[in-house]
Amino acid sequence: MAARKAFDELWGQGSGETARPGFEQLGDWLQNTPVAELARRQATAEAAFRSLGITFSVYGDEQAGERIIPFDIIPRLFTAAEWDKLSLGLEQRVRALNAFVADVYGPRHILKDKVVPEDVILGNPQFCIPANGAVPPHGIYTHICGIDIVRTGADDFFVLEDNARTPSGVSYMLENREAMLRLCPELFAQLAVKPIDTYPDLLRDMLYSVAPRGSQEPVCVLLTPGHYNSAFYEHSFLADSMGIELVEGRDLEVADDMVYMRTIEGPVRVDVIYRRIDDAFLDPLVFNPNSGLGVPGLMAAYRAGNVTIVNAPGTGIADDKAVYSFMPEIVRYYMGEEARLPNVETFRCRDPEALRYTLDHLEQLVVKLVDGSGGYGMLVGPTASKQEIADFRAALIAEPQRYIAQPTLALSTVPTLTDAGVAPRHVDFRPFILSGAERVTIVPGGLTRVALEKGSLVVNSSQGGGTKDSLIIAAPDKADKEEQHALPYSR
Amino acid sequence: MLSRTAANLYWIGRYMERAEFTTRLIEATLRLSSLSYGADAASATWESALAVVGRGPAPGETASPGATTFNVCRTLALDLDNPNSIRACLSRARDNARSARNALSSEVWQAINRAWLDVGDRTSPGGIQNTLALVDTLKANSRGFEGALARMLRHEGFWFMRLGSAVERGDNSARLLDVKYYLLLPKGQKVGGVLDHDQWTAILQTVSARNAYRLFYHDTPKPWLVADLLLFRSELPRSIVGSSAEVVDLLAEIGGRTGRQGEADRLARLRHSRLAETNIDEVFRSGLHEFLKDSIAENAQIDTAISHQFRFP
Repeated sequence: MAARKAFDELWGQGSGETARPGFEQLGDWLQNTPVAELARRQATAEAAFRSLGITFSVYGDEQAGERIIPFDIIPRLFTAAEWDKLSLGLEQRVRALNAFVADVYGPRHILKDKVVPEDVILGNPQFCIPANGAVPPHGIYTHICGIDIVRTGADDFFVLEDNARTPSGVSYMLENREAMLRLCPELFAQLAVKPIDTYPDLLRDMLYSVAPRGSQEPVCVLLTPGHYNSAFYEHSFLADSMGIELVEGRDLEVADDMVYMRTIEGPVRVDVIYRRIDDAFLDPLVFNPNSGLGVPGLMAAYRAGNVTIVNAPGTGIADDKAVYSFMPEIVRYYMGEEARLPNVETFRCRDPEALRYTLDHLEQLVVKLVDGSGGYGMLVGPTASKQEIADFRAALIAEPQRYIAQPTLALSTVPTLTDAGVAPRHVDFRPFILSGAERVTIVPGGLTRVALEKGSLVVNSSQGGGTKDSLIIAAPDKADKEEQHALPYSR
Repeated sequence: MLSRTAANLYWIGRYMERAEFTTRLIEATLRLSSLSYGADAASATWESALAVVGRGPAPGETASPGATTFNVCRTLALDLDNPNSIRACLSRARDNARSARNALSSEVWQAINRAWLDVGDRTSPGGIQNTLALVDTLKANSRGFEGALARMLRHEGFWFMRLGSAVERGDNSARLLDVKYYLLLPKGQKVGGVLDHDQWTAILQTVSARNAYRLFYHDTPKPWLVADLLLFRSELPRSIVGSSAEVVDLLAEIGGRTGRQGEADRLARLRHSRLAETNIDEVFRSGLHEFLKDSIAENAQIDTAISHQFRFP
């Protein structure tokens, strides 16, 4: 399995001298820019990130405090054709996810038709009973989706994970681009890169579009757990770039099933809450009574239809890893067509045959907790120690329904600046898909995460991964650069 | 604007101002201690600097032998056990700024973050040269913050930060004058007696008013004139009357924007009109210490009223 050389996004399967078609300019740029110069620019970018406070906190590592996510200066490219193919697949998948969540909390046709076993949903910790029967304004559940894509060959894209709760990382996509524009302008002069800086506007438009009916000028807020949260930088960045209030639970109150924020001028009615806290903390009256992060009465206001919660409570069911394994069936069921983006082959350990296969091939598989995230609670068979494998074997036998297993894929690589010069490193890719009342939009870009350790497949930022800018190149004939108007100076 | 955000911004103003004041206090005391003759005199100088920020010995207590330049500089600048050390103030200002980041311009945020990063996890001020270098950095960072603030959008966020600074300044100047006056007054001497020229120069330097003093009074530093300057000259931004006028104006500005005026406005106007009707002779007749003590209490009342008026959490 590891024998085959991984597909490289820039050089393909080749020797490292001839770039893939469409990637020649990037190849030339990389070959003509000295490593020392790349390193200097990268250090400049990281100093700027530190000074701007673009940081995240690492859980369970109090000594570390705030860290910047390592930034790699060598971008990753997609051709227009690759991007178009991906977008179609992403839109299809997100439409299916929405239809699925609506169905699960509504009529449950998919369960009645036995496409997905009932216990996978109703017995799932992500199934949110208080959301049952509540129809969010405009019927949208997964307003913001981050779908993790991996690649193993020129035409082989797979969905690794659907992040349908509170996907993060979009601020890094935007900040990485800002850094690249400043540090590598010559590259952008040569390439017709599609812009991504409209993302905050598109996000705001989406939030407005899903406001409860009757809101004249909807008031939107971003709800954060506070500035000790690992993604706080992103929360404040997004609120700031949309020009909406960044609120904590204690800034909101519910009266008569309506949500208000406490301002210096008195209570202001809130129509849309882009929440970045998990379901379990939304409303202490319904969920965790000991949590002060949420807003008492929020779920009642939501159920009354007086406030839109983005993403809707309960969407976690759509990114549960046990449900993920049914996504090909789910897409077929709601969209009436095959999934354009396939899943990674997945063994559901709840199923005895899959469990047996998993136990027999632990050294070759990646085993994940169905409700784990951020790279926690997983086993990477090929690099695991004997002890780790033995521990996982015991855990699997004890509670097989909590695990899935997947083959270790030969993830594609991208040239990356390392201590030993430019070298290939494995990547994945997370584009962000917005579902509003009228349309689905995808900004042409996403977050490329890169495993900085040689040979490592773990790209999570909480596990020491880094990020890269992801450039989508417009097709040559469509490269419509803004017309320049030169205005003479008056004397 | 969220009440919590307004509170964060107001406290950013207070903490940044307090950090700057303490920086200036260190700078002036360094100068004073290098001019003073003998270790006891130098130690007394540092004791008085501690007293200004409320960490000196209680009145009547003898000076502790530990009040060396190094120790006091560390306490004032870097010690996190001192909740009002520069490092503690910058750390809280930065915490507040992180939390209210979307109400700040990126320049203001960066200025605060830069100030915080420059102190970092430093725990020792080093020798006098290093301490002076630290002072220079801190002062430059204060300028950077104020410069960034000046370019900010004129909305509530801006006014709340300025309000915090103005309230803090009124408090700092009153403290400085009170402690110095009390400590510098030789035993048995009446208020207004002849005091050391350098001591008064140091006070003026702490509020950056050495040249202002010469401009107004054409005289060597005299205690009652220094007190007059720090209390009643509205041209001096750090004077009590200057900051009290600013508090009135800033509250009016916020009131005009939000349509919300109240107890804070009333108290601020009351204080200001009373100051306008008083002069330095009356203050000396009734007692400078009492006057300053009342002034600090009044400032604290205005602070409380501001919290209530804008419903700070």
